[in-house]
Amino acid sequence: MQPNIDPMGPENVLLIGAGLLGGIPALGSGRCDIAAKSPLTGAVGGSNLGGFFAPEMRFAGFDHLAIKGKAKKPSYLWIHDGEIEIRDASHLVRKDVPETQTAIRADHGDEEIKCLVIGIAGENLVRFANVMTGIKNSAGRTGMGCVMGSKNLKAIAARGTMDIEYSQPEELLDYCKEMNEMILKTKWAGAESRWGTMIIYSNTGTTGLVRVRNFQLNKMKEASAIECENMDKYAIGMAACYGCMVHCRHRYVMKEGPYAPFYDEGPEYTSQGAFALEPDVPSFENILVGNHLVNKYGLDTLEAGSMIAWAMELYEKGLIDKKMTEGLDLTWGNAEAVLEMVKRIAHREGLGNILADGIKPAIQKIGKESEYYAIHVKGMSNLHSDERPTPSFALGIATASRGADHLRSRPATDLYGLPEDVLKAIYGGEISSDYTSYEGKSRMVWWHEIEYAVVDSLGLCKFQTTFLAFNAPRFEEWSKLLKFAANMELSKADLMEVGERIYTLERMFNLREGFSRKDDTLPERYFKEPTPVGLPISKGKKIDRERFEKMLDEYYELHNWDRNGVPKKEQLDKLGLSSEPSHIL
Amino acid sequence: MLTMEKILFVDPEKCTGCRICETVCSIGHEKVANPSRARIHIVKWETIGLYVPMVCQQCESPLCEAVCPVDAPKRDPKTGAMLVDYDVCVGCRMCMIACPLGGVGFDKKAKKVIKCDLCDGDPKCVEFCEPKALQYVEATTATLVRKRGAAQRLSELMKKLGA
Repeated sequence: MQPNIDPMGPENVLLIGAGLLGGIPALGSGRCDIAAKSPLTGAVGGSNLGGFFAPEMRFAGFDHLAIKGKAKKPSYLWIHDGEIEIRDASHLVRKDVPETQTAIRADHGDEEIKCLVIGIAGENLVRFANVMTGIKNSAGRTGMGCVMGSKNLKAIAARGTMDIEYSQPEELLDYCKEMNEMILKTKWAGAESRWGTMIIYSNTGTTGLVRVRNFQLNKMKEASAIECENMDKYAIGMAACYGCMVHCRHRYVMKEGPYAPFYDEGPEYTSQGAFALEPDVPSFENILVGNHLVNKYGLDTLEAGSMIAWAMELYEKGLIDKKMTEGLDLTWGNAEAVLEMVKRIAHREGLGNILADGIKPAIQKIGKESEYYAIHVKGMSNLHSDERPTPSFALGIATASRGADHLRSRPATDLYGLPEDVLKAIYGGEISSDYTSYEGKSRMVWWHEIEYAVVDSLGLCKFQTTFLAFNAPRFEEWSKLLKFAANMELSKADLMEVGERIYTLERMFNLREGFSRKDDTLPERYFKEPTPVGLPISKGKKIDRERFEKMLDEYYELHNWDRNGVPKKEQLDKLGLSSEPSHIL
Repeated sequence: MLTMEKILFVDPEKCTGCRICETVCSIGHEKVANPSRARIHIVKWETIGLYVPMVCQQCESPLCEAVCPVDAPKRDPKTGAMLVDYDVCVGCRMCMIACPLGGVGFDKKAKKVIKCDLCDGDPKCVEFCEPKALQYVEATTATLVRKRGAAQRLSELMKKLGA
């Protein structure tokens, strides 16, 4: 891939990858990674999703796909038992996410087919359209659905009956059982099994670590209205991804209301933020309906929610008016307006058409004044989390290779306040137990960047790592799995080097595309406005610019990058990247 | 003395659809991960969220046995499982046609019919099924849990009607 190409042009390369451990009966081994240059940010794009597609692709005989060029007409890829072909998808155009998959299965008369698809948002080249499989599993971030749309690629369908072979199958089976028992012993697995990721809100919502009214408040007034306990009224059971014992998503049915009846899955913590917290709509049903709409259209729930909340704040400040919204009242708390905006973004109508291009182009169209209110890094919106009380989280979103991002490095366990000797043993350096402290937090971010890069490559689920619990499987356990599955001898140090190589390569890609230290920062509001509410520990907090910059220096040093965030020559030599970016593609 | 025979009891309401049962079945029997070579399969209706694990029920009057021209299916006296005697099986697949539950599959790589053998009394799928949608329990007590659940719903309904 040449530098500075148009991410929506045929030169962009879409990569679909199953993990090295994809298909093992443990730790959520069904993860699939999708990468390309992001049409949302222009930086490295990538998103990871669960479900059942990646193992099916492996059963069909493929581990990775690299898709270049552009189809002349709507098409889909059909992968089956060692063969791959391009098929006409004209009958799938304008079909939503579940309809597309149902139609492909009907085409082939095979209900076992697993698909990656785009919905209407992807077809309309919404720059934060996602790629989905099943009812709700989404590669949500960085607009990978837009890249598929730009290639006229409506879906990738896989069906396989081939073997995944293992070097020591008996040992692998026994060890997978041990791994499953290990993850189930963690308290978080139990909580997620019952409540899904919405359980996170029970902590962050109470403490004051969430964005309400875009960024005006860090806690919702009617906080309990959207607690996960409300889910019992709608849930019919839980659902798991491939090879997962945690089963963190709900299956639910909406029987009443203007959108009923419908079946859907989720919602995630993210949708609590997108459809309730950020627009300040204290309605659980709005979360369930909003989740349903983004799942149908194939839209990143996080980016959609954040863009809408931004528009609502601009509406309040008078930076956009009723003429721009075509009569829609974007006042805080207007549930119907939020849902209507989701539809307008997916269909690129009116203001929705402006928001559909992502935050940076939208700022240009609406005006410079709107920039201050945008909660994004490198052109990608942030989760509905407020990182002002948590410097480690703040550094994480500032440095993440794909823009404001909680899944590239978030040291979620920083909130637990683990004893400092425990932290030292895990991270290999001094780290404060206080999550409002800046001390040692750069080390946490660096360590988790490496860890998450490795776990994404293995094809395992982040929720079955130290993301939520330190007694979950880590490098040592993955070494054993790799030995039993693939006959690979990789120590903890070897795996950490692999992670470092991945993250450094992503850094090099971004540097080449014009990103640098100046982009590893936070929205101005983090430095200027203290948090207005919350528990004493989180109230009155803002990020100290000087200490933030010091954290950033330390973070570069840990990666062995220079003060501008450029990898040093000796580091490139060590990682075998000296001749890069030759094989960035 | 009466020996209590255990059965592989399926409770679809508890199934989360993770397909670990299929994977461990194929690794256990064939040393590879490959659901198409597993003896158990989760049938899904994805758009309504319905998951039903389907596996040989080791019938009392097995149709596989009845249609077999060479008497290949033989009952294991220890577990009660119907086992295929591959020394005599001719691979005609009549058992696949006859079984109304789809309990017999065909392994296209090994070119043989395959079915659940209860792993000689220690089914791997049950061992790995965290939500307990699969249980290996005594036949006479297998449905008591379900009876209790149904009874509870019935009593709630009666209360509602009475009020």
